[in-house]
This record gives sequence, structure tokens and C-alpha cells, in this order.
Amino acid sequence: MAILQVENIIKNFGTTQVLKGISFSMEEGTALSLIGSSGSGKTTLLRCLNFLERADEGKIIVKGETLFDAKVKENSSEEELRRKRLHFGMVFQQFNLFPQYTALQNVMLAPTLAAKAAGTYDAKAIEEHAKELLVSMGLENRMNNYPHQLSGGQQQRVAIARAMALKPDILCFDEPTSALDPELTGEVLKVIRGLAEHHTTMIIVTHEMSFARDVSDHVIFMDDGRIAEQGTPEEVFEHPKEERTRQFLASYTREGE
Amino acid sequence: MLLTVTLSLLNGFGMTLKLFALTLLFSLPLGLVMSLGSMSKVKVIRWPIVFLIWVMRGTPLLLQLLVIYYGPGMMLHNNIWGAGDGGRFTAALVAFVINYACYFSEIYRGGIQSIPVGQYEAGQVLGMTRGQIFLRVILLQVIKRIVPPMSNEIINLVKDTSLARVIAVYEVIWAGQAFIKSDGILWPLFYTGVFYLVFCGLLTALFGRLEKALDYFR
Ligand SMILES: Nc1ncnc2c1ncn2[C@@H]1O[C@H](COP(=O)(O)OP(=O)(O)OP(=O)(O)O)[C@@H](O)[C@H]1O
Ligand SMILES: [Mg+2]
Repeated sequence: MAILQVENIIKNFGTTQVLKGISFSMEEGTALSLIGSSGSGKTTLLRCLNFLERADEGKIIVKGETLFDAKVKENSSEEELRRKRLHFGMVFQQFNLFPQYTALQNVMLAPTLAAKAAGTYDAKAIEEHAKELLVSMGLENRMNNYPHQLSGGQQQRVAIARAMALKPDILCFDEPTSALDPELTGEVLKVIRGLAEHHTTMIIVTHEMSFARDVSDHVIFMDDGRIAEQGTPEEVFEHPKEERTRQFLASYTREGE
Repeated sequence: MLLTVTLSLLNGFGMTLKLFALTLLFSLPLGLVMSLGSMSKVKVIRWPIVFLIWVMRGTPLLLQLLVIYYGPGMMLHNNIWGAGDGGRFTAALVAFVINYACYFSEIYRGGIQSIPVGQYEAGQVLGMTRGQIFLRVILLQVIKRIVPPMSNEIINLVKDTSLARVIAVYEVIWAGQAFIKSDGILWPLFYTGVFYLVFCGLLTALFGRLEKALDYFR
């Protein structure tokens, strides 16, 4: 059974329709890349999945549980909404680390608050898990640094560890390297590649085409709020069926990507 | 003579300090409430507060003191402030609290609005409650940003307390001025400046330390 099913998501901002009926599904342990030109709605789609925006129509189903159905009037409490959110983790383009906390504290904050609320607080276990995550991000020497003392690449790796600390079912990345200097993108792509090798379920919005081709099991090309084409990386990148896809990909090769 | 003058000025400065401290005590929280109101989506809450802030920041405090002290008596034919020194002090305090709450409110608003929305969103996707996001993530960042403008405003307040003299609140400058009439000497008036300088110096040092303590993050 698919870990995530998205059915006919429609999102309007005022009178402009930004998502025009998005449906797809993905399997557990796979990586899905979302590509498409600027303004095609990739960020908006991720934000709908994370309940940062409320879709106007459609359904979001995770592991068979309907987390969101636009037809059902929103009656879930704040508590319930928070629980639903935790199926997804989110890594932002701008990192959004909390500046007043060290790398380790950034990773520990949410699990600590959640465990205290649930009455299962175990400081040592939380700290150990957080440290493990940071080590796996190659940050064993940076745990006690504050965000401003870290490079962009390091900050983004802390942000990935933070998103993973609550063990989400699906980890979402919104252009995780576009705010980075070119020489720093490699280290972040490397850890995401590592996550893919460990079969972390991921949705990655990216403009790094060769990375998307290498790392993902499935690729969705979005154009003007719709899915214009999808398939394996091989299908989408080597044998695109749609003219729009070809044009889009050509614009990348022209830039000498 | 120096001792007599010093004691007398200290007495006046006590009143200055009392007005200063009580103004802060009430205007700091009131300003926070007003700043939340001035950002409210509800027009009937936002609009009157924005209007009040505009009036209080757009007119001299001196004038506000006079209006608040004499206004009710003129309009209602009844001095609501009570007789004597106590009444005058209360009126002065009310004027200062409202005036400074308006200034503080704008500082709080600037501080809160300067926090990037990404900080809230990061907290949300981590399943934090609104209260947790405000207390654990936003608040300290806001405090860090408002300490410099707050310290300016608070040091202004020290000096502004001298305006209370216009409705005959006996503060330190009045105490200094009194020696001109009684003893024909001018220097006690100038001497009052020393009291302001020392106190503002202390406050500056205090805020400097606070800024430094928050220097560990950006
Ligand atoms: N809060 C909003 N209010 C109004 N319009 C919005 C809002 N957010 C996004 N949009 C519009 O929705 C469209 C899709 O935006 P979105 O950010 O999802 O695109 P994107 O595919 O992520 O683009 P990019 O590659 O530039 O990040 C754009 O036309 C954008 O202007
Ligand atoms: Mg985007």
C-alpha cells in the first residue's frame, strides 16, 4: 500500500488557482523529486502537505489514514492538527533554525516538548538520539555551535537533523540547496543522497537536475499547477513524452547544468 | 549649604524616581497589550488603538499632562484627580503611562513584526503549540531586538519626568528652582543635572550588560 496518497489537491490564492488538481502516490522507502519551473506550485504543494496552507479541495492520505479531506469541515483541534503534522517533516530553503539555540538544542527542542507533554520525558534518550542524528549529518564537532557560527551547508544539515528528530513518515525538502553558495551544495546533497540510500521516504523539490536523476525513484514534473509528466528518472529525463518537459529540461542543459 | 541643598534635591529626586518606576511598571505591560491590539485583524480593536497611538505620539507630552489634569475638571466641573499633591501625582502618572505605553507599543510591534515568518513555520511543522512557539522561539528574539530602542525610550522617560512640574508635581528640578526664590542662588538648579546624569549612567550600564548578555546569538 502507498505510504502517501494525494488526491486532487486544489489551492487558490484569492482568484488565482495555484494548484489545479494534483494527484499522486508514493511508496514507503522511496524518494520522489518534484521539478518544474518557478511559480509552477511546488512549494505550495509541500506547504499543503505540511498544513502550512489549507488546500481548497482534495485529500491527503498517509498510511491509509485520511489526514485531510477538504470536504470535511475543519473540526480537528489544534492538538489533532499537530499530531497530523508530525507525519511530515519539513526542511526549508532558508533553514529557519532557531538562532538562540545551539545545533544540538535545535534538534532536541521539539522532541523534548513533545515528550514532556506526553509524560514520557527521558532527557538522556532524547539527547542521545539528537547527537546520533547530528553525527550522521557529519556535525559531530559542531553540536554546541549557534546557527550564526555555522556555514549555510552546516545550518541546513542541522535543519535536516531537526526535521528527522521527530521520526516523520515522510521528509519534505523545499529546494534545500538554493540558498547556499555553489561550493556548499555538495555537502547537503551528499547527506540527502545518504538518506535515500537508507530508504528514507522523501519528497524533494529541487532545481538540481542531475541530483534528482541520480537520487530519486520517481520524478514529477509540474507545470502551471498541474502534473505535466511523471515517471522514473529514466523516463522523465531520457525519454520525456511531453513537449513542456522537453523545453524545461532543455533550459537546464542550455545553462550548462 | 551643600548638604541642605543635596538633601532637598534628593527629596525631589525621590519623586522623580517614583514617577519613573510607576510609569514603567504600568506602561510596559500596557504597551504589550496595545501592540497586540494594534496588530489585531479585528478593525474595532485595531482602529481605536492606532488612533490613540497617533494622538499620543503626535502631540507634546506637556500638553497631554495639562489636558489630562485640567480637562476632566473643565468638562465635568469636577476634579476627578482628588485634591492636593496626591491628585496631581495621579494625573501625572496617568498621562505618563498612556504616553509611554504608546511608544512602547510601537517598539514591541516593530520587534514582533521583525521576526521572520519562517520561525513560526519551523515551530509549526515541528508540532509545537502556539504558546510554545511564542515562549520558546519568538520571545527571546523579540527581546533582543527591542532592548536598544527600549533603553533609549526609558532614558528619555527619566528626563521627561521633569515635565510633571507643569502641573505642580514636586520633582527634582522644582526642588532646585525653589532655592532661587528662597535663597537667591542658582547653582542648585544646575546641580539637579548631576542627579539625572548619574541615574542615566546607571541605566545605560544596565542596558549595556543586557545587550551583551543577549549577544551570544544573532
Ligand atoms: N501566499 C501566497 N499568496 C498569493 N500567491 C501566492 C502565495 N504563495 C504562492 N503564490 C503564488 O503561487 C504560485 C506558485 O508558487 P510556488 O511558490 O508554489 O511556486 P514554486 O514552484 O515553488 O516556485 P519556485 O521554483 O520559484 O520556488 C506563484 O505564482 C506564486 O506567486
Ligand atoms: Mg518554491
